[in-house]
Amino acid sequence: MRLFWHQLRWEQLVFWRSREAAVFVFLFPLLLFALLTAVYNGTIYGRPASWALLAGMLGYGCANTAFAGLALLLISRRELGILKRIRATPLPTEAYLTAVLASIMIVFALQAVSLFVLGRLLKSTPWPGHFVSIVLTLALGGGAFAGLGMAITGFVRSLEGSSAVLNVIVLPMAFLSGSFGTTRHYPQVLRIIGDALPLKYMLDAINSVYLHGGQLWHEWTDVAVLAGWGVAGILVAMRKFRWEPREG
Amino acid sequence: MSAIVVEELRKSYGGQEAVRSISFRINEGEVFGLLGPNGAGKTTTVEILEGYRERDGGRVDVLGFDPARAERAYRERIGVVLQQSQLWPNLTVRETHRLFAGYYRHPRDADEVIDLVGLGQKRDARVKTLSGGQKRRLDLGVALVGDPDLVFLDEPTTGFDPAARRAAWEMIRSLRSLGKTILLTTHYLDEAEQLADRVAVMREGHIVREGTPAELTGDTSETEVRYRRNGQEVVVRTTEPTRLLHELTTAALTEGRELEGLTVRRPTLEDVYLALTEDDDA
Repeated sequence: MRLFWHQLRWEQLVFWRSREAAVFVFLFPLLLFALLTAVYNGTIYGRPASWALLAGMLGYGCANTAFAGLALLLISRRELGILKRIRATPLPTEAYLTAVLASIMIVFALQAVSLFVLGRLLKSTPWPGHFVSIVLTLALGGGAFAGLGMAITGFVRSLEGSSAVLNVIVLPMAFLSGSFGTTRHYPQVLRIIGDALPLKYMLDAINSVYLHGGQLWHEWTDVAVLAGWGVAGILVAMRKFRWEPREG
Repeated sequence: MSAIVVEELRKSYGGQEAVRSISFRINEGEVFGLLGPNGAGKTTTVEILEGYRERDGGRVDVLGFDPARAERAYRERIGVVLQQSQLWPNLTVRETHRLFAGYYRHPRDADEVIDLVGLGQKRDARVKTLSGGQKRRLDLGVALVGDPDLVFLDEPTTGFDPAARRAAWEMIRSLRSLGKTILLTTHYLDEAEQLADRVAVMREGHIVREGTPAELTGDTSETEVRYRRNGQEVVVRTTEPTRLLHELTTAALTEGRELEGLTVRRPTLEDVYLALTEDDDA
């Protein structure tokens, strides 16, 4: 336990010290939210557009932070030999990985809080009504995307281009799932693809809870699909995760 | 007391035998050099001892542990400097040491280790601002901060300029004087000659020779005599250097000429190494 806290403290220091990570992972969804709310007016899902965009950015931020941010962090440490080096120390694997996960969850939690505050300041968006439900929704989504983030590291072989690869996954997924507005007018093919993606279900759950005053535990499909993606990610990660860079 | 005992160690990668039944012992407090060309099996051997690779066969005992079981108690007592690895570019030298010190039950004082590896001036510098040689010192400092009894150094001076190499050698000597056991792999012969109490030469997965550097060079009884005749370099290897020299100098004196560029040389570890590792058909 002492080692977990030690590692968590340093993970936070390492994250915020790295300007690239802080900007691209933490700040980017906030920036996107500010831009989108500046150009969209009217209503989405029967609510002011800014509310729906806030919900959309919570989902996009989750994929960007817990999936792409975590994957990039692990791939770069693997390729730099940092993971291999840590394996030779007495730090237990579980303490290390749980601290890395907890650290990225802290980043996402701060990002979600910042989004609500920013929405309040810019567009007077409401605070979430069902606090427990929204926290559980974001935690479930964060966990599922973190599992998928660990899984994807096994398929990205080098540091070069890994950031591009992850963005090629995250941005279209966010678009197809409705992070940037409703998908109602999309062609049917795109909607079908969107329906297969985990972010779609996370956004459904956030919309139900934040926009329509629902509770997470009434959204069984969303919970089941998200949990399923998360478990699948962890199973793949257990087979594919590597601690060492590929031998040159 | 042996710090490391290796008996009939074997390891293959997909049918390719990287290590073919090797045995050696390293005593406590000894600097042991593992030499050999790339692909000889040095790194595989060291990585098995460090606990990164599982062996296919044989017995390995390091400080009373089986490294394959990757016990925490074992990792408390070893320090590892990898061939290629980097650290967090945005942490300072001191922060990096303190981060790693936190992993051990009985670490050394971070500042003391920083001084030991000669980074005292760079204590608060970010890792990304360090030179190549300074980064390798940081690697060594991080390996020492847990106060290990055994240190693995995998090609610690590859890519160093001559001054940085001398400095690194001094540091490794000072480690020995602290009573640490050191397993060093290198393909620099002078490095092994300077630092190692004993060396083993590996080739194609076998240990082809083992002993002190003096023993290895003493094995060959040939002496090499070189001189120039009519601008042509002449090299003669002989087991009777006295007689050969007598004949050469007598002839030269008789003819009233100088033996230009005359040198008489005992084989260095490098000659022995090259003889041991060059291809049979070469």
